[in-house]
Formats: sequence, structure tokens, C-alpha cells
Amino acid sequence: MDPLVIAGRSFQSRLIVGTGKYPSNPVMVQAHEASGAEMVTVAVRRVNISDRSRESLLDYIDTSRYTLLPNTAGCYTADEAVRTARLAREAGLSHWVKLEVIGDEKTLFPDNEALLEATRVLVKEGFVVLPYTTDDPVVCRKLEDAGAAAVMPLGAPIGSGLGIQNTNNIRIIREFSHVPVIVDAGVGTASDASLAMELGADAVLMNTAIAGAREPVTMARAMRLAVEAGRLAYTAGRIPRRMYANASSPVEGLVGR
Amino acid sequence: MPQILLNGETHEIAAPLSVTALLERLGIDTRRVAVERNLVVVRRAHYDTEIVSEGDEVEIVNFVGGG
Repeated sequence: MDPLVIAGRSFQSRLIVGTGKYPSNPVMVQAHEASGAEMVTVAVRRVNISDRSRESLLDYIDTSRYTLLPNTAGCYTADEAVRTARLAREAGLSHWVKLEVIGDEKTLFPDNEALLEATRVLVKEGFVVLPYTTDDPVVCRKLEDAGAAAVMPLGAPIGSGLGIQNTNNIRIIREFSHVPVIVDAGVGTASDASLAMELGADAVLMNTAIAGAREPVTMARAMRLAVEAGRLAYTAGRIPRRMYANASSPVEGLVGR
Repeated sequence: MPQILLNGETHEIAAPLSVTALLERLGIDTRRVAVERNLVVVRRAHYDTEIVSEGDEVEIVNFVGGG
């Protein structure tokens, strides 16, 4: 498969996976392996000062193999997101960030105005910014103009598993964008991931669809195959849709006619 | 006893101390965290020289699972 290139960096896998909500860390390790992903998202949170017994997530992520993509999940203002991104850079020694500025608790939809503001600040500070945004082609264009290294439109609300709600917008965003388009959030099952790729997405990012499946490791493999299949189908160029049948077998030489 | 605000909670320190000393006292592996003092990230290279003292607001964060 052709590589995914973000900010000059090449990835063989077009699937980016999360590290949250797995039944256990060993299951997460196996799921990561089965997904074929080369980049995994992580969240930034306060260290538990009183209870130091808890094991570290990084004990379960081989950072020589997986690129860490810290997120700013849970941030509701541009300031909070910028602050979190700066901490993430110091903790992970990488300047890549999945930028989230949430605007609504129930839907977890992004606050695009604050997202743009935070993108501008972080780009100026040398971050490679991958913003999580609504599936709005105009907002995506503004994010690209602000220096985002990719745009990450949602397929549906985070963790909803509803699949791609506005396929046309994803297609338009792909057509408008000069940076990679990564469908982030909303995938429920393998066909959703394939569809995202068939629409022209350059990659898919997911967490709950794998971590929350009854068998996360099996679902991770399904997602790997789905993303590959979708990408190949997109590259191959699908046939046009027709209203009526078009015979596959010759109409000439039929017996008895 | 001087107090600081550590991850949102009051925390007593015997005397002003470096970030390195604070992390050591708390039993935290410096390689896996990031530290902020009064809203400014403390660079790793400055852990020995950056001093935490009375009234400071300190945040110590690490990576956890997320999407």
C-alpha cells in the first residue's frame, strides 16, 4: 500500500489507534499488534500523588515501535489545550499533538473557533498539529491555512459507533485539502473504516470501536484489513453506480436463440 | 511548614527544593512525566536548578490511556 505521509513522516499503516478503555493493558498490547498501527494516541493527566502503585501506561507501549500521539482530550478552552500540549511535548519529547478543544459535553463536538486559535498558537511554537474537527470543509480549510499538518474530521460523535454520518462532507474535505484527512471518531465496525477510506480519507483514527469490542484483538485485525481494503478500493477506482443491470456475461451466442 | 499546591491539592514541603528533589521525594520516575510550575512547563534540563517554594502551583502529569 502507498505510505501515509504526515509532516514529512512516512507511515506504512493508515490506521491510528487509541490506548483508552481496554479491558486490560495486555489486551491492549495484543490489539495494537493486531491493528498494525504505527501511531497510538495517549492522554495527559495528573500523576496520582497519593497512590504510586499504579502501573504506567508506557510500560505497555514500545515507543521504539509506536509513535506516541498525545491528545488534549477534555480541554474546553484554547488555553487549556495549549497548556496540555506543551506538557505533552515535555513528557513525550515529541512535538506532535492531536489537538482537541471540546465545545459541548454531551456530544463532545469540537469548539472550532477555539480549535483554530489553539492551532495557530501551537503551529507558531513548532508543533505538528493534528486537529480533531467537525466534518465541515470550510473549517478544515481554515485549519489547513492555520498550519495544521492534517485535518481530522469526525465521522460521528466520539465513542458513538454510528459510522460516517455525512459521507459527502468527507469526500468534499478530501477534495479541498492539501494535507492528509484522517477520519477521527465515530467508527463502529470494520465497514465504517472501509467506507471512510473509500471516500478518500488518508487514514482512520479509532479507539472505542476496538477497545470496546467483545474481542478487541480480533476487532483490531478486522480494522487493519478494513482500512487496507478501503484504501485499495479507493486507489483502484470504483465503478459508477447505475440504476439498472448491466450483464457481466456476453449477450451474444446464447444457446437456442 | 511551607505549602505548595500540587496537582490541585495542598502539599507540605520542609523547605524550598528543586524539581528533581521533589520528584525523588514523591517517588516519581522523571523520564515519564512533565512538570509545570506556575503555569510554565519546566524543561527536563532545568529540573536540578528550578526551585519549588512556598505558594507555588505545581502540576505533574503523565500519559494515560486515551483516544
